[in-house]
Amino acid sequence: MSVSAVPPVEAPAEEALRPHAETAYAAELAALAAADDRPRPARWLLSPWAVATYLLGGTLPDGTVVTPKYVGPRRIVEVAVTTLATDRALLLLGVPGTAKTWVSEHLAAAVSGDSTLLVQGTAGTPEEAVRYGWNYARLLAEGPSRGALVPSPVMRAMAEGRTARVEELTRIPADVQDSLITILSEKTLPIPELGEEVQAVRGFNLIATANDRDRGVNELSSALRRRFNTVVLPLPASLEEEVDIVSRRVGELGRSLDLPAVPSGSAEIRRVVTVFRELRDGVTADGRTKVKSPSGSLSTAEAISVVTSGLALAAHFGDGVLRPADVASGLLGAVVRDPAADRLVWQEYLESVVRERDDWKDFYRSCREAAQR
Amino acid sequence: MPTTQRRVEDVALLGVRHHGPGSARAVAAALAQYRPDTVLIEGPPEADALLELAAHQDMVPPVALLAHVVDDPARAAFWPFAAFSPEWVALRHALDHGVPVRFIDLPAAHGFAREREEEPEAPGIDPIGELARAAGHDDPEQWWDDAVEHRSADDADALGPFRGIAEAMAELRPPGSEPSGAHEARREAFMRRQIRAARRAGHQRIAVVCGAWHVPALAARPPVAADDALLKGLPKAKVELTWVPWTHRRLSQHTGYGAGIASPGWYQHLFESTDRGTVRWMTKVAALLRAEDHSVSSAHVIEAVRLAETLAAMRGRPLPGLAESTDAVRAVMCEGSDVPLALVQDLMVVGDRMGQVPDEAPTVPLQRDLTRLQRSLRLKPEPGERDLDLDLRKDTDAARSRLLHRLSLLDIPWGRAAASRTGSTGTFRESWRLVWEPELAIKVAEAGIWGTTVESAATGRARDLAAHSGSLGEVTALAEGCLLADLPDALPTVLQALADRAALDADVAHLAEALPALVRSLRYGDVRGTDATALRELAEGLAVRICIGLPPACNSLDAEGAGAMAGHLGSTHAAVALLTDSDADDLRRRWSATLRTLAERDTIAGLLRGRAARLLLDDNQWDAAEAARQMRLTLSPVTPPAEAAGWIEGFLAGGGMLLVHDTRLLGLVDDWLTSVPDAAFPDVLPLLRRTFSGFEPGVRRTIADRIRSGTKAADTPSDDRPGFAPDLDPLRAAKARKTATLLLGLSHAQPGGARNCAANHPPTEVRS
Repeated sequence: MSVSAVPPVEAPAEEALRPHAETAYAAELAALAAADDRPRPARWLLSPWAVATYLLGGTLPDGTVVTPKYVGPRRIVEVAVTTLATDRALLLLGVPGTAKTWVSEHLAAAVSGDSTLLVQGTAGTPEEAVRYGWNYARLLAEGPSRGALVPSPVMRAMAEGRTARVEELTRIPADVQDSLITILSEKTLPIPELGEEVQAVRGFNLIATANDRDRGVNELSSALRRRFNTVVLPLPASLEEEVDIVSRRVGELGRSLDLPAVPSGSAEIRRVVTVFRELRDGVTADGRTKVKSPSGSLSTAEAISVVTSGLALAAHFGDGVLRPADVASGLLGAVVRDPAADRLVWQEYLESVVRERDDWKDFYRSCREAAQR
Repeated sequence: MPTTQRRVEDVALLGVRHHGPGSARAVAAALAQYRPDTVLIEGPPEADALLELAAHQDMVPPVALLAHVVDDPARAAFWPFAAFSPEWVALRHALDHGVPVRFIDLPAAHGFAREREEEPEAPGIDPIGELARAAGHDDPEQWWDDAVEHRSADDADALGPFRGIAEAMAELRPPGSEPSGAHEARREAFMRRQIRAARRAGHQRIAVVCGAWHVPALAARPPVAADDALLKGLPKAKVELTWVPWTHRRLSQHTGYGAGIASPGWYQHLFESTDRGTVRWMTKVAALLRAEDHSVSSAHVIEAVRLAETLAAMRGRPLPGLAESTDAVRAVMCEGSDVPLALVQDLMVVGDRMGQVPDEAPTVPLQRDLTRLQRSLRLKPEPGERDLDLDLRKDTDAARSRLLHRLSLLDIPWGRAAASRTGSTGTFRESWRLVWEPELAIKVAEAGIWGTTVESAATGRARDLAAHSGSLGEVTALAEGCLLADLPDALPTVLQALADRAALDADVAHLAEALPALVRSLRYGDVRGTDATALRELAEGLAVRICIGLPPACNSLDAEGAGAMAGHLGSTHAAVALLTDSDADDLRRRWSATLRTLAERDTIAGLLRGRAARLLLDDNQWDAAEAARQMRLTLSPVTPPAEAAGWIEGFLAGGGMLLVHDTRLLGLVDDWLTSVPDAAFPDVLPLLRRTFSGFEPGVRRTIADRIRSGTKAADTPSDDRPGFAPDLDPLRAAKARKTATLLLGLSHAQPGGARNCAANHPPTEVRS
């Protein structure tokens, strides 16, 4: 799979469906590089300070406005950038929808000017994707040689002193994960077939992303974990922020799925997000009552899917308005992952929290009905 | 500034940040260089007599000076000192070098008197915050750390930093500007007066350690008359002072020296470690995490230090501060998780260090308050055992009960609850056994840390217990204790803790254990007239949780588990009955529905189903016919005999009178018993024996009589009240009625009363 000797055919940036970060924000990066007078680590295009500014946004002395790429705690970005500067690998953890990939792409773009040295982790990712493969035609014709060797993105990053990215690290089988250990600790990649090795030059580093709530994935060995500094990307900090994200994404999804237009039902969205946040945080929004948390991750992405399916229900089978009944069954499905334990959690939540809220009566009734079905 | 020159000659004004370790080190260096012949410290001058004790070998900081009004110990103030407090460093320097040392703040006596008369003043500006903003820092703590605390004191002139602070403060307080309030003005006038007095006493080199904010005011020299005018005729309260042990945790609270500090453990570390602070801190964190079974290697420590230092460089700070260290610990050692980090925060950044005070320190006000209460309640502390019966309807007895309960909360076991001698079981009675052991005096001294009066100390202790106790049962007991001890101020905290534990506790058994105590508390609350609305809400919430969780929890229990659960079933039933006023109550209906689910679900142990059926029958939710139907279903041959025997045990656990009265049920049991196969009988026998041996001998005998006379005869379809004649026997009813009238204290029974008051009906009938 994924290993190719030839770089992918470049589409002109303006025609690409989604241009790379370094292309889309080339102007900002150039302005930052011009304004940046702080020391830069070897082969970094910007200083750590400028990289942090690129992600968090700001206004440069020459008046260029840098748009914020990541909205969240400043501390997180600072720790991430500093980790890359200390030549430790960076592991971005978080539930789906917390912008892990987004942050990793922009970090790589700002540090190395290249976010394309990417290994997409799947259950079938082979060792060649992390180390190197062979061009078999040349291998047969010439025998083992550097010309017949197909370097992986990680190998290229090592040789060129750039930032490599590994997406969904925990989905990669454990034996393939382990081949990263030598790379990260010894900073070399031996090629026994040729009796050579590739040594990482200064500037090489690796950003991995992983989902910390998924079950049944390949947990990182402690040996590998030790090579990473871990930064957990938090869920949206406030209700408003999350409602905003959900509403926006629901709107986008609705358009791309060609759902009939339904009045946004922002009250229902707010309720769904509130329920998700309360169950996830284990405490009600007013901070006064604790609630049990179910086993599922209850990510923002799931809230989006609950609302989207509710909208589909309302459009196709309901009266065209998003009602509590439309989201109730979706909510039940999202919350109750473990039929025994989670059902109790959900019932308790309904009875002790939802029932007490005066303006949530219809919602409570719909949820009870859904739970009894 | 002209005052600068003069100050260097005879007075060194050392402006500090209270509890700042950098200030403390700077003060130590400055004093070593300046070699003062007297040291004046911002603090209550009444403590001058106690200052000697600071050098005592048994004195271990953190400690606090406690000032309180003599006849009202509840009005108290604390001046805490940690080892890293500049004031403490100055105090120890003076004592160790035999230099006279005095506290020069406005006497606490005036402060207390003022409290009574004046409105509290609006808080003044935050000088450090102003300076930090001027320097472009949004966090004042961080700015002070960078500008002062992290500056190592090896400059040639140890007084240099203080001159810098004085000038900066002078910028913030230009000459002629008023202090933020009249009280501040008086304090500064008093301090000036004390400095003048020191000079008059012939001291040549005076060192003054005070909050940085006061430096310009003390450097200025307004006319003596102006200060005298400010200080004239101040009201005074009679105060006493003593040393009390303090803790790092309490240092983080707001106290006499202004705002508390958020990270005493970190400051202690900064003060103690003179070099390689980050490395030492990370090593300590690693040791702590290792002790908690997190795998943290030396490589982690190395990487954490590197990350912290690089972060500091990136943020433009001279050295890694607490924020950088915490970020590094999180990313490297805790794998991004906040859970182990919370441990580091609690045990290291705050820390649980506790101070110690020599025995020579004057007695704590708590002891005095206790003595006063003992006198007013006429409860002498006597070494011999003494029993005490209290009638809580009387004011004195209620106050005594409160005192004893409060002392129990404070771990001062003077009185222990005893069995009542009069055998009374009313909730308005309490019996105590009092023994005053000499060791209790020590316990009182130890409890002094919680407050200055018995009430405030018990409140403080209850709050602390609520925050730190683990299980639901403990917190429930605590809530009960708070009600008994009448601590309304502690109750909200305790109830919140209780609600939190209840919400998170997944074990229904724990909830069921907690509920009866809560309901009991509610009843005490009624007796003692405390407001128990919050408690009632909590109890009802708990009951709802039990209703939801009980059916799944009763599935697939072994015999032992079922036995325990049957107990919970009974106690919850009683509690729900006490909690609700009528059958129409939503909670009561929900509980009945839960019981019905239990009684009718096949996967639940027979014992529990029988118990639930019995409770439903007793509660009139099921009539006798329904109970009989259920019994017939259960006792049918398809049910394994052991299961059926369990059902009978559960059903009859409330006593055998039911079988005496309802021959139909007795007949069913009898039929089933005779149909148990011989092979299964030995298995069933122990269960049956356990069931029937629990009955009173009279009941057993009656049942045997009935069996002997044949149960079938009475079980005729027309007989809707088995075991009883179809009509009332007026003669026998009249006799019973007479007794009932006497018992109820009705002199003239209503004519219709006899019909309703049919005393010889089975109990279920009387209630209907």
